[in-house]
Amino acid sequence: MTDYNFAYLDEQTKRMIRRAILKGLAIPGYQVPFASREMPMPYGWGTGGVQVSAAVLTPDDTFKVIDQGADDTTNAVSIRRFFEKTAGVAVTEATVDASVIQTRHRIPEQELRSDQILVYQVPIPEPLRFLEPSEVETRKMHSLEEYGLMHVKLYEDISQHGAIATAYAYPVKVEGRYVMDPSPIPKFDNPKLNMAGIQLFGAGREQRIYAVPPYTDVVSLDFDDYPFEASKADHACDLCGAEDSYLDELIVDDAGGRMFMCSDTDYCAGRRKAGCIGAQGIPYQEDVA
Amino acid sequence: MYVAVKGGEKAIDNAHAWLAEERRGDTSIAELSVPQIREQLALAVNRVMAEGSLYDPDLAALAIKQSRGDLIEAIFLIRAYRTTLPRFGGSCPVDTEQMICDRRVSATFKDAPGGQVLGPTFDYTHRLLDFKLAADGEVPQAPTATTAQPDTPHIMSFLDRENLIQTEPEGPETPPDLTRSPLELPATRALRLQALTRGDEGFILGMAYSTQRGYARNHAFVAELRIGAVSVEMDIPELGFAIDIGEVTLTECETVNQFQGSKTEPPQFTRGYGLVFGMTERKAISMALVDRALRWKELGEDNVGAPAQDEEFVLYHADNIQATGFLEHIKLPHYVDFQSELELIRRLRREAMGEQEAAE
Repeated sequence: MTDYNFAYLDEQTKRMIRRAILKGLAIPGYQVPFASREMPMPYGWGTGGVQVSAAVLTPDDTFKVIDQGADDTTNAVSIRRFFEKTAGVAVTEATVDASVIQTRHRIPEQELRSDQILVYQVPIPEPLRFLEPSEVETRKMHSLEEYGLMHVKLYEDISQHGAIATAYAYPVKVEGRYVMDPSPIPKFDNPKLNMAGIQLFGAGREQRIYAVPPYTDVVSLDFDDYPFEASKADHACDLCGAEDSYLDELIVDDAGGRMFMCSDTDYCAGRRKAGCIGAQGIPYQEDVA
Repeated sequence: MYVAVKGGEKAIDNAHAWLAEERRGDTSIAELSVPQIREQLALAVNRVMAEGSLYDPDLAALAIKQSRGDLIEAIFLIRAYRTTLPRFGGSCPVDTEQMICDRRVSATFKDAPGGQVLGPTFDYTHRLLDFKLAADGEVPQAPTATTAQPDTPHIMSFLDRENLIQTEPEGPETPPDLTRSPLELPATRALRLQALTRGDEGFILGMAYSTQRGYARNHAFVAELRIGAVSVEMDIPELGFAIDIGEVTLTECETVNQFQGSKTEPPQFTRGYGLVFGMTERKAISMALVDRALRWKELGEDNVGAPAQDEEFVLYHADNIQATGFLEHIKLPHYVDFQSELELIRRLRREAMGEQEAAE
């Protein structure tokens, strides 16, 4: 595809996005407004992440895309193909081989290195949005560090349910300053937000970019007597037997029979290749369709 | 034993192939050509150009064909194409007073210089299905006459002479561009008008209608509605003057609204403004009403808490490409978030039942 610039966006637009990224990295957790472009995929499909990836990709990069942890979900396939076509970059499914990873809703199980960039697709960047619908108000709350409303919400959860009833997009505080929405990752992934890699968050429709630089302190909001707890299904992966990975639940028969498998397909395949077998797994074979 | 589901790639390819086949439909029926759509579905083409923010009837017609007549999808195709176009510069403001009007009506004056021209309107058609159209496409020739195009000054200018209409403050030389900078609030009127003119027709219509029904009522008269061609001029720095670079058809609507007056201003009329690409008068009138409702602050009116007065609400929700994208994305996989909710609700129920049993 020669009609479009490298990685689709024109250089001026990429420069504008890179400036927003740099500002985001300089003020961890702060939502930087940027002039989001219409992309050839719909808003809600990851246009923010795609624009951030387009701005950071170089011809030497190796690109990986996951959706729900998996490389083979339809939208991950579609975005990976988009960059294969428009940027001609190498692509991979292996977390360790990727230099840029675009993700929707998960952080890979494999710990990321300092030479890797994780790009998140963000639907609603504003952690306070469902407490206060007005953007004018929430921006004011951030600038005044006025986060009482969020703590009241968490407190009300506890008084009503006995626990904080937020299972994904669990709010965090970044470097002791900004409360940030980590995008709809399960709270199981929250501890991984403290990492060596660069984390960039792109919200296309809402025109916001934010970032967490490497080794930044990211704390999940909680109370001393109700500490944050990263939870997952109380099972092991039925394919690879992993007990430390986030699991998808599948309904396998009419009687409601269930099985669990790693949501991170690369992690699961890697374990199976290494000979790990879960309760319902079979030895690893190439090209199992 | 279970083998993980794969095959997203193949499924996508097959879906696209099927879509292409469905788009064409029954091949024993003649295929629609792009010129046919451009000429015979002109109002659909106009809507796609207006909300796609790109004046190109041929591309809009192509988008309608490609999208199987789904106009929002067609608008999306145009928007996505538009963002890739280089920007050479800005035109001079178009002079709508010099419009060659196909249609020009005023609801406030029975006659005015330039006259009223009904033009090709549905207004007084009886909405009876014309079965003759199903049989053949023959149309009787419309009568024609050669008249010199009279001057058609804006009707508002007559009110202006008496100082009955509020004067509009001059805007900046170069207006802001909604498509090049992020929307930040409060927005200027120029920015609001940009958002409204490319906003979803149905949404703007609904907002406008709500003002008529009492949610921030500002009783509007259509002072003038005009549709026609205007020339677009651009300053060429090398030449040192402006040259004509083309022509666009526009619909312009000016409403005249009451205003009680304030401490500093005597009672006078105020204006709502709509300007939309193509023949799109439902949209232009709606836009004028919503524009007027959003002006409550600058005119010193009360905020009655009506949706159409809420700039943030209107501007953030008027764009159908943003709206449809976010709405439809909920059909994408959400296994991971749902799984986390599932765990949570199971745990909460387990604890609640445990407490109940303990109490019994």
